[in-house]
Amino acid sequence: MSKRLEAEIPALRRYAFGLTREHAAADDLVQDCLERALSRWYLRRPDGDLRAWLFTIMRNLNISAGRQTQRRGPHLALDEHLTPRADATQDHAIDVRDLLATLGSLPEEHCSLLLLVGVEDLTYEQAAAALGIPVGTVMSRLSRARRRLRDLLEHRAPVSLRRIK
Amino acid sequence: MATQGPIGEDDLQAYIDERLAPARRAMVEGFLHDNPDLKAEIDKQRDDRDALRSQLAAKFVEPIPARLRIDNLRAAQAARRAARMRSLAASIAMIGIGLAGGWVIRGEVAPQRQIEAASFVASAVDAHKTYVVEVAHPVEVAANDEAHLVKWLSNRSGRVLQPPPNLTPFGYSLVGGRVLPGGNTAAAQLMYEDAAGARLTVYLRAGGDEETAFTFTEWEGVSTFVWIDGGFQFAIAAELDRDRLLPIATRVYERLA
Repeated sequence: MSKRLEAEIPALRRYAFGLTREHAAADDLVQDCLERALSRWYLRRPDGDLRAWLFTIMRNLNISAGRQTQRRGPHLALDEHLTPRADATQDHAIDVRDLLATLGSLPEEHCSLLLLVGVEDLTYEQAAAALGIPVGTVMSRLSRARRRLRDLLEHRAPVSLRRIK
Repeated sequence: MATQGPIGEDDLQAYIDERLAPARRAMVEGFLHDNPDLKAEIDKQRDDRDALRSQLAAKFVEPIPARLRIDNLRAAQAARRAARMRSLAASIAMIGIGLAGGWVIRGEVAPQRQIEAASFVASAVDAHKTYVVEVAHPVEVAANDEAHLVKWLSNRSGRVLQPPPNLTPFGYSLVGGRVLPGGNTAAAQLMYEDAAGARLTVYLRAGGDEETAFTFTEWEGVSTFVWIDGGFQFAIAAELDRDRLLPIATRVYERLA
């Protein structure tokens, strides 16, 4: 069990960083996710997809953490936005922040989908399982998410949520 | 992503993700060749995907911090669980001795009983904390399937259990239930939710011949009343204070017995 879980940590950290864009917050999320996975290991379907299961746990934790922050008020926001990040001097750091920040301004479901499919290489079926939606919805949502990201990067007004093919 | 048929949204996405079979891929490329505006847009989206991948690549190869090592996490978890069990067993033992006077089991309270009671509360609170935060799958059997859950549990335990009580007078409606391992038997959890999304759970499993009064425990912000009645052990858990939980527990007790 330890080995199987540990093998997934790099991917979990990458997804968490994509979601939170903060190194410490990302590792907090990974830690919560792993603790939850350990305490619920007996609930996992033995033949199920470990990776998709872990991503599902992490996504749900991130969503409920977001809800709590909303309830308490974003008390961290000032500091985090005004303080330059340690990696700001590295090459391409500005671009990293732009693309990731833009990604973060998308709705959570779009952001997760772009990360899970585009970066973590989940199959469309795995992504559907992780997000609890049908595969058909994955495809249309992915298409919308990519279009919105592009629009935002080009500073175009985001397209409306529904577009007739 | 069929080999034939018109090019659709899903083909374009699979093209961006490089997941098309060669024949279909050739078709999509031909289609994009004939639609240069669309091709320009899709190419940019493909570049976005690649940029995101390369910008997050460094995170993937970073060394894993010690606090995320599974062995360390498991050791910390085991230590926490042991500490919790110790303090809970101690407090219940104290109540059993009579200092708090709440634990009124008929006959003598054997140490074995105290440990069982402590572990029952621990299971109920663990189950509560695990599932109240669950967004996607808070329950296994939805409220409209409750008859099935009740029947299943009744069959498993060989005792007849009443349907989940109606808690709408307290502002809580039934979300549903799930079956959980509960020591050497099966346990069930019923989940309720109020309009603000606050959840409470009723945890029950077959066991216990005697009947007991309510015992109140507060633990990590979760208030719990436990009791044994009619061959079942019950626990109701919520992030509420004692006075608000008591009338709800009383209602559950009256209806489930």
